Amino acid sequence: MVRRGGVRRCLSTVGFYGLAVMFMLPTVFVFYWMITLSLKPQVEATAYPPSFVRFSVSMAGYREVFTKYPFLLYTWNSLVVAAGCTALGLAVGLPAAYSIARWRQQRLALAILVARIIPGIAYLIPWYIFFRRLRMVDTYGALILTHLIVGLPIIIWVMISFFEDVPPDLEDAALIDGCSYFGVFWRVALPLVKPGIVATAILSFVFSWNNFLFSVILAGRETRTLPIAVYTMISYEEINWGTLAAAATLITLPVLLVALVAQRHIVTGLTFGAVKQ
Amino acid sequence: MSLQEWFVSSLTPPRFIGSANYSKILFGDPRFREAVARTVYFTVLAVAAETILGLAMALLFNREFWGRGVLRTLAILPMVATPTAIGLVFVMMYHPTLGVANYLLSVVGLSPFRWTYSSQTALYALALVDVWQWTPLIMLIALAGLASLPREPYEAAHIDGASTLAAFWHITLPLLRPALVVAVLFRAIDALKTFDIIFIMTQGGPANSSETVNILLFNQAFSYFNLGYASSMAVALFAVVLGASLILIKVRRTASW
Repeated sequence: MVRRGGVRRCLSTVGFYGLAVMFMLPTVFVFYWMITLSLKPQVEATAYPPSFVRFSVSMAGYREVFTKYPFLLYTWNSLVVAAGCTALGLAVGLPAAYSIARWRQQRLALAILVARIIPGIAYLIPWYIFFRRLRMVDTYGALILTHLIVGLPIIIWVMISFFEDVPPDLEDAALIDGCSYFGVFWRVALPLVKPGIVATAILSFVFSWNNFLFSVILAGRETRTLPIAVYTMISYEEINWGTLAAAATLITLPVLLVALVAQRHIVTGLTFGAVKQ
Repeated sequence: MSLQEWFVSSLTPPRFIGSANYSKILFGDPRFREAVARTVYFTVLAVAAETILGLAMALLFNREFWGRGVLRTLAILPMVATPTAIGLVFVMMYHPTLGVANYLLSVVGLSPFRWTYSSQTALYALALVDVWQWTPLIMLIALAGLASLPREPYEAAHIDGASTLAAFWHITLPLLRPALVVAVLFRAIDALKTFDIIFIMTQGGPANSSETVNILLFNQAFSYFNLGYASSMAVALFAVVLGASLILIKVRRTASW
């Protein structure tokens, strides 16, 4: 009896891991394929049938990306815009979320949700006219401001839930002891919601880094971010797969690394607004 | 702006034309109507698949096992990856003659598809990318929901002789509904707005077969510079998205009782 139970458990474990591998294989495979393609020389990248494990490693794709295009400039642009957007988003979003949570401004919360819902493309036309009149197309300012519309609602929406968890008694105690409202926010509430700040900062950075729609219209020659740079690469000339895969790997690798390091925070940020209400 | 005839490139200034743009959308432009239908179809298809798959995965992974951390990491990678990069990789994988997707199909013994290169399959191929990218989100939310479920109802059901399936149907699903509805709501809203993947992989083609409202709008505004008409489409799109979210919010209210 005991042995039969053991066998059955063993079989169910094998079955479980079999299913788990089956479900997760597509995820792994796409990234694996992207990276191996980027390392293959051109002849092997387009070979049919494709080789999965055995191929000769070549850095030609990466070399071409950096020598034929100003890839470092594009990386710098992406970095400046994403960092600027995150910093500004936190500076505006944290006090906003705090006040919404503390004084239960439900209507404002709803307005934030609506901002989250509105299709980005609906903003794009007015902005295009607006920034053209101001001669701000192809400036970091325009990109940072527009990327805020994606990052800010996420920051506020997630942070509201975090601030609501801060016990009001703690804040009242600080107020009675003579702390100003800003002091309460700065010295009491903010330190308590640090995990939330990390989570939203990462998310806002990632979304800005990945943004394609706003940058494709508002970025010019000087401020082109990575996704746009790669897109223009494919539209202007016939390009070989190794180079394309190398570029794809380069633009997405930084966010993947951030995700690996800060996975717990990202899960919190992505699921918090949904589960805890 | 949506009430004006406004071409950026032409020398004529914007001209007020009242609701003409809207009547054109509603009655006179089959291309727009088809784009709306396509957008909704794409969304329903992708989100339904994501919900079923994500829920199945959450049920499977809702236990202690070696490798939970690895699973969580793998789950978030597609969601944070840059859509531009993902689109490029899928374009290469979908290539009809050289792509790895058809090779894998031939290994299993299936006949090859033309994926995004044929007007019959383009929309499905794009929906598949969306499913690949966002199923983990539903899974994570469902997992978080499952973790917070109480144990007692299951014990009671077990004593009453309920089968596992019955317990799932009558206990797990109703308790999980609020979390699931919110997940589906956010997913549906984002799927309606899908732009990057489609623009990079097909640009609405071949033969407009994957032209969603977003793509049509973008081309009207920034290829033909027909800003007035594009603005009225933007308003219409906003109305569709807002309508979808209102419906789902309402469903959620009734679900939380």
